[in-house]
Amino acid sequence: MQNGNSEPRKHTISIQVENKFGVLSRVAGLFSARGYNIESLSVGETIDPTVSRMTIVVHGDEFVIEQVMKQLHKLVDVIKVSDLTDDNHVERELVLVRVNAEPQHRAEILRVGDIFRAKVIDVTPVSYTLEATGDEGKIEAMIELLKPMGIQELVRTGKVAIARGPKTRARKVVEASKRPRVSDDPRVVGFAD
Amino acid sequence: MRHSGARIVLECLKREGVDTIFGLPGGAVLPIYDALYDFEGLRHILVRQEAAAGHAAEGYARTTGKVGVCLVTSGPAATNLVTALQDAMMDSIPIVAFTGQVPTHLIGNDAFQEADNVGITRPCTKHNFLVKDGKDLGPTIREAFHLAKTGRPGPVHVDLPKDILVKETDLVWPEKVHMRSYNPTYDGHPGQIKKAARLIARARKPVFYVGGGVISSDAAAELRQLAELTQVPVTTTLMGLGAFPSAHPLSIEMLGMHGTYYANMAVHHSDVLVAIGARFDDRVTGKVDMFAPHAEIVHIDIDPSSISKNIKVDIPIVGDCRRVLKALLAAVREELKEEMPSAVREARKQWAEQIVEWREKAPLAYEWSDDVIKPQYVVQEISNLTQGEAFIVTGVGQHQMWAAQYYKFKHPRHWCTSGGLGTMGYGLPTAMGVQAANPGKLVINIDGDGSFQMNSQELATCFTEGLPVKTVIINNSGHGMVRQWQRIIYKERYCAIDLPGIPDWVKLAEAYGCVGLRVTKPSEVVLALEKMLSTPAPVILDVCVDKDECVFPMVPAGGANTDMILALPTREVKDKAAKSQTGF
Repeated sequence: MQNGNSEPRKHTISIQVENKFGVLSRVAGLFSARGYNIESLSVGETIDPTVSRMTIVVHGDEFVIEQVMKQLHKLVDVIKVSDLTDDNHVERELVLVRVNAEPQHRAEILRVGDIFRAKVIDVTPVSYTLEATGDEGKIEAMIELLKPMGIQELVRTGKVAIARGPKTRARKVVEASKRPRVSDDPRVVGFAD
Repeated sequence: MRHSGARIVLECLKREGVDTIFGLPGGAVLPIYDALYDFEGLRHILVRQEAAAGHAAEGYARTTGKVGVCLVTSGPAATNLVTALQDAMMDSIPIVAFTGQVPTHLIGNDAFQEADNVGITRPCTKHNFLVKDGKDLGPTIREAFHLAKTGRPGPVHVDLPKDILVKETDLVWPEKVHMRSYNPTYDGHPGQIKKAARLIARARKPVFYVGGGVISSDAAAELRQLAELTQVPVTTTLMGLGAFPSAHPLSIEMLGMHGTYYANMAVHHSDVLVAIGARFDDRVTGKVDMFAPHAEIVHIDIDPSSISKNIKVDIPIVGDCRRVLKALLAAVREELKEEMPSAVREARKQWAEQIVEWREKAPLAYEWSDDVIKPQYVVQEISNLTQGEAFIVTGVGQHQMWAAQYYKFKHPRHWCTSGGLGTMGYGLPTAMGVQAANPGKLVINIDGDGSFQMNSQELATCFTEGLPVKTVIINNSGHGMVRQWQRIIYKERYCAIDLPGIPDWVKLAEAYGCVGLRVTKPSEVVLALEKMLSTPAPVILDVCVDKDECVFPMVPAGGANTDMILALPTREVKDKAAKSQTGF
């Protein structure tokens, strides 16, 4: 691009696509063919079974992102493209971590898990497997705290994102539940929600 | 009534208005050829290699505006077709390509003549389909044609497994095509059009930069009206040739790497540049930050992703060129009701004079020789003899650029060249498609000896199908464009460019039942051309030209358009070119 490069940064792009075979490879192929980097991509069916939603995290300046959006829109199976980055939206990622469970570390692992509202979903004599969801910052922070114990394996889903309020696809917005939010917990301020 | 899938395919083609198919049979599409045996109303032209079927469909589409159709079998046939698909993709040519596929239960089994056709053609088509159920045939073919010809046109590929073609089923034919995910924008934004009109009316140094979009949207008449109304000079891209008459007083002809000096200078110094159906290709812009640095840029294009892709645009207008130009014409008329400030009028007068000055300083020119034929002269004589009325097709290379520079184009849809992909071997098969689509009309393929050899087998098709294409081979016994680059940029280290007089083109033509002619002296060129034009059969005219001739002007790749090389380089120029070289 000729001029006016903005700072490259991460963008969260949400697209609705026809739920047909080959769509994922069309999207993935577009990114590889044009040399854009996907940081993460997740796909799932929406409430309408003929439509899937993909959440793509891509790094680039505003011109790259503009091209990414236009090129995605040009794909015939893509119904709608939106860049959620600067809109009011919520992002979540799920992570599964299997950590070394040395006897002297077990309590600490559970404590970390507790702080991040992670669940222990598998236990063996030598490992704990934790499941946690949250935004990128929270997930990163938890992984950082678990690293000293020795992470055996780690699997992340990649981000999913949804716009807040009336922009969501769901027709009926369920009333915000009364359950305490993670961010209300003084121990995790700065990480969650 | 139930029919085989194969029969349904043919019935759908007929309903889409198809009259000609270019194809080559094979195992997986045998059911279609069986159905074709007694099917009326479709002409099938048997090509000799599958890529030729694709290019012929392109030629058909480019000159008629209708969708071109080709049909080949699975595996190697589909992979052969890929070049033509990518060619149509880059040049936005509406074709629908059908390939055979192994039966559905064998897909993924590494079966005989199996390839992942849709996987392979995905990035080189506008869209593609694998039909997995007979009842989808009608709707899929309908969508394929709709996609190919609407919005930004392009190639669409439909893969047909053999069992789907065999099985009997009912024809499903939707009257209308509705795709929720595909809604091209045709009408430009009125506010943007108004802004553009204002800018054009007040511009001091305006230029219209016109591409293939004007041809594919049939907007040549509107363009001419607008240019004449505003008196703005018009330059065209390689793809846009014919959108505006080359001999028109406002025409400054082609711009870019081998464009005219005056077109490149005008664009560089313009204060308002209106790009119409053009995409700022690197062969046009040269070094992007040196391209039209003082201009406010208006960009009219049906494809939003073309806008601000290479060059930042000030007034983008997404829409069909024809509709936008119509609206723009009305808006400019409105603007012109107001009296223009005298400073603007004065500036416009100076601008016109400036362009004349550039034109006189460096017109398209070459050195005449009495002994050896200059290739530019051949094109000039073809232009004189046909008066711009012939369909001109080219291969890729020096001859292509000379044809673009020296042929005086009069009409849109009379010029076929591989612009985006630069596919050598494009000439003959495309000319064949043009001839099939325009029976009785004069079709001339200006080709190079290197380029022509890549698809010379299609002479057999020309002969057997009665397609009297006239091929003029600008024969310089080598890959001339590569030679030119090696000469100017790679310090005359000539490597792998010689094609020493083999084959004998006259004998080759005769071997295929065509007429072969040869000319070696400048004084005989006109006679030979006349003889060629008066021969009713397919002809090859072998014109042995000066092998040292280069295409000028030339902007070395990655250089600025103002740094044109106008004539054979001196040592100094060579060094400069070598320095600015950033890639082929």
